[in-house]
Amino acid sequence: MEYLIEGKTGNWELVLGLEVHAQISANSKLFSGASTDWGADPNSQVELVDSGMPGALPVINKHCIDQAILTGISLNAQINKKSIFDRKNYFYPDLPQGYQISQFEFPIVGKGHLNIEIDGVEKSIGITRLHLEQDAGKSLHDQDIDNSFIDLNRSGCALMEIVSEPDMSSPSEAAEYVKKLRNILRFIGTCDGNMEKGNLRADVNVSVRRKGDELGTRCEIKNVNSIKFIQQAIEFEARRQVDLIEKGEKIIQETRLFDSNNLETRSMRGKEESHDYRYFPDPDLPPLVLNEEDIEKLRLKLPELPDQKKSRFIEEFGITAYDAEILVTEKYVSDFFEQIVEGRDSKIVISWITVELFSYLKRKNISLEESKIGPEKISSLLDLIISNKISNRQAKEIFDEYLKSDVNADTFIEKKGLIQISNESEIEELVEKVLKENPKMLEQYKSGKDKLFGFFIGQVMKLSNGKANPKMVNETLKRKLSL
Amino acid sequence: MTDFSKLNITSALLGLKNKDFKSVELTEYFINQINKKENLNCFITKTFDKAIDMAKKSDEKIIKNRELGSLEGIPIGMKDLFCTKDIRTTAGSKILDSFIPFYESTVSQNLWNSGAVLLGKTNMDEFAMGSANTTSFFGNVINPLKSKNNDKDLVPGGSSGGSASSVAAGLCLAATGSDTGGSIRQPASFCGLVGLKPTYGRCSRFGMVAFASSLDQAGPITLTVEDSARMLQSMVSYDSKDSTSSKKEIENLLDYKKSDLKGKRVGVPKEYLLDGLNPEIKKAWDLGISWFKSVGSEIIEISLPNTESALPTYYIIAPAEASANLARYDGIRYGFRAEEKSDLTRLYEETRAQGFGKEVKRRLMIGTYVLSAGYYDAYYLKALKVRKLISDDFSKAFERCDIILTPTTPNVAFPIGEKQTDPIEMYLNDVLTVPASLAGLPAISISACLNSDSLPIGLQIIGKPFEESSILSAASLIEDLRGF
Repeated sequence: MEYLIEGKTGNWELVLGLEVHAQISANSKLFSGASTDWGADPNSQVELVDSGMPGALPVINKHCIDQAILTGISLNAQINKKSIFDRKNYFYPDLPQGYQISQFEFPIVGKGHLNIEIDGVEKSIGITRLHLEQDAGKSLHDQDIDNSFIDLNRSGCALMEIVSEPDMSSPSEAAEYVKKLRNILRFIGTCDGNMEKGNLRADVNVSVRRKGDELGTRCEIKNVNSIKFIQQAIEFEARRQVDLIEKGEKIIQETRLFDSNNLETRSMRGKEESHDYRYFPDPDLPPLVLNEEDIEKLRLKLPELPDQKKSRFIEEFGITAYDAEILVTEKYVSDFFEQIVEGRDSKIVISWITVELFSYLKRKNISLEESKIGPEKISSLLDLIISNKISNRQAKEIFDEYLKSDVNADTFIEKKGLIQISNESEIEELVEKVLKENPKMLEQYKSGKDKLFGFFIGQVMKLSNGKANPKMVNETLKRKLSL
Repeated sequence: MTDFSKLNITSALLGLKNKDFKSVELTEYFINQINKKENLNCFITKTFDKAIDMAKKSDEKIIKNRELGSLEGIPIGMKDLFCTKDIRTTAGSKILDSFIPFYESTVSQNLWNSGAVLLGKTNMDEFAMGSANTTSFFGNVINPLKSKNNDKDLVPGGSSGGSASSVAAGLCLAATGSDTGGSIRQPASFCGLVGLKPTYGRCSRFGMVAFASSLDQAGPITLTVEDSARMLQSMVSYDSKDSTSSKKEIENLLDYKKSDLKGKRVGVPKEYLLDGLNPEIKKAWDLGISWFKSVGSEIIEISLPNTESALPTYYIIAPAEASANLARYDGIRYGFRAEEKSDLTRLYEETRAQGFGKEVKRRLMIGTYVLSAGYYDAYYLKALKVRKLISDDFSKAFERCDIILTPTTPNVAFPIGEKQTDPIEMYLNDVLTVPASLAGLPAISISACLNSDSLPIGLQIIGKPFEESSILSAASLIEDLRGF
């Protein structure tokens, strides 16, 4: 559906491009052996390069290069055989070298694309480039009245900056793009995608125009760190720009910050205040040269991507595209599904995951991963259903309580005394008893009132306290009534 | 009783081996000499206690004749550009006045592993920016040599002025230097010594305070060619901590003695015959050429057409890199910090305004300017292109010759205070040394003769990449034939 902003003078179109900063999953930093573990004591994971000591030199971490190449491949992008590290110069206390080592003119990954799905329609979003750079440290301004403190643990951690083309035209497209990108990164394990920890954050470029017009002047909203905030920031910023233009004012190209408390964007610095970063090739690092063989090796190592997994799920398990899409939206969920579906009926598995389990999670407002529900918790319950030990209905009734418990399904059902009656003679006994106790109904049924079949079923179930296997009750009753 | 003042590394090693004297005695002698010649201002930090400790350890090893390093017990000076663990390292700057590294540079570590003894950290131009050792925060260094015609104190050259002066004055047996555009070769020439800048990538830059990363190379300043080979052998190594360090196999440098100069092709570049070249230096050059002829070398006139662009190219690239390399001296984490608490920008400004000297500031300004938006292409990018042309000039020339012979400097050591008003005049000191630096080639300076004031004139031999032994061999010919 086309997203348009209604103004006083007509409708406006939105043009969005994103720069996503993703911290590479790696044990050590981009140019030093210091650990990247999160939550360590301040300044406990710092080597000479990370603190800008005199005579310190950067040495490239090959693992980070491989991670960037893997990411490039999974974004259908060109891997550049030669890329160059540059120094981006500016002064800030949490930038110990006085420059950030980044890639400017010759990034490691060039043009690519990824596909997003909006209302069931696929859209391709262009990737302009992906480059590697060092993260800065962290300034802490709230620890003391007179002093600021600096924690360099993050200084030098490897980041991928993934730049998109201005191909998105609604907040939900931007959200889908980030979700899809995050999902791909998680699938291939190059970034954990954790936005709360700041391991994934986005700069959003927003401009508006009349449909068909040239691109408008854009504003960049820096460092937005949740998908919800990305959407809110875009909505506010687009409206702000439309209002300004309609008032006859001009949009000034500038960098803005999103204030998530007041849901607004505020000017950070204008174009004229923008830094002259004086990029130049870092003489401490020779050009990064890759050969075809190494790239091919990585290509073979690439795990299944979400889109590939989706196709396979549809083919292998005969599930709908809709269900498959839900499953591959999160690597955790698709792994969960695959562990359960192994050796089980996919239709039962998919319905229990996407309907029962997901609605439970929705009520609790947590993700599957956060819920700590393991696949065996679900599979042990499904096994009881499949082997007719309990009915589907019974399982649904006890589902919430079961999930909250810390036992497996067998123990839970036993404790509850819920084992389904699937013994043929027991069922026959129950059926006969019901028929015997309701002679009038039986007579009416036999005279043509077919609807009463349901009544008998209900009575049998009631008599068994709901434990009778409904399918068997159904069959037995049919047999007895036709006699 | 050995006359310590007559020793060099090679003869001292023999004396130590023969137990004629102990390293401790040798070390005490140099400590005494350093104290006597305090006025030369060769050392920024003296490490006498450590020197005695190190010498004692060497003596023990010599007595046991076990685990002997190739420089066991040899007292040396270390340019104050090399980070030394737990010993103040200043790079000649106020901004690092109080800086004590907790790590060791690879080059200095290699020397300690070889058994060398540290007498102290030698004075230098601030951040190696200078050609007269007059920009040091710790004061200028005086050349122990004097003109026979007047009593003026002369500069030792720079930036490794403290190293050169201390070796020439007999305050140590050898010293390390670093060469970005001539900082080993030019002071060696001014002080009558042997100074060798190896191929870029041969010595690790790890732990060496950076001036211009793509040019900086460590090398030795010594009394003799053989000493140069011995020192350099200990300094070089492949180092995984320096991404520009070369993995190329390291030759046995003392093999230079085996090489025969007969039939060797000696290139003489016509562009080095500068307009302002001192006639006495031209004469020394001709003398050098005649020595090579006399042993049957072939003299070939070559052309290095982009030579005149080398100095301007150097003075764009080196300051550009320096402007980024010196950005870390901001008063935040270590070193000097100005008493300025009003705001962050003022803290930066005051720290750097007070912490850096005039020449450093000048080069930081130049470097910042040539990298700025709108000027980058016209200056920095063009300089990179010219650098490639200069490098190509050498490659082409080396198709026709094996080594290149030139003067090291356009002039001899000059009185302190001269050439201070016009920076260009000072920069011209490097005009004959920067081309090899830009091309990353090995080059050595050796004193060939004395001028009419009895001041030494150095000749420079430039070699093909990683052919240090071939320039050592050529230098030893000059050493043999110069007659002193």
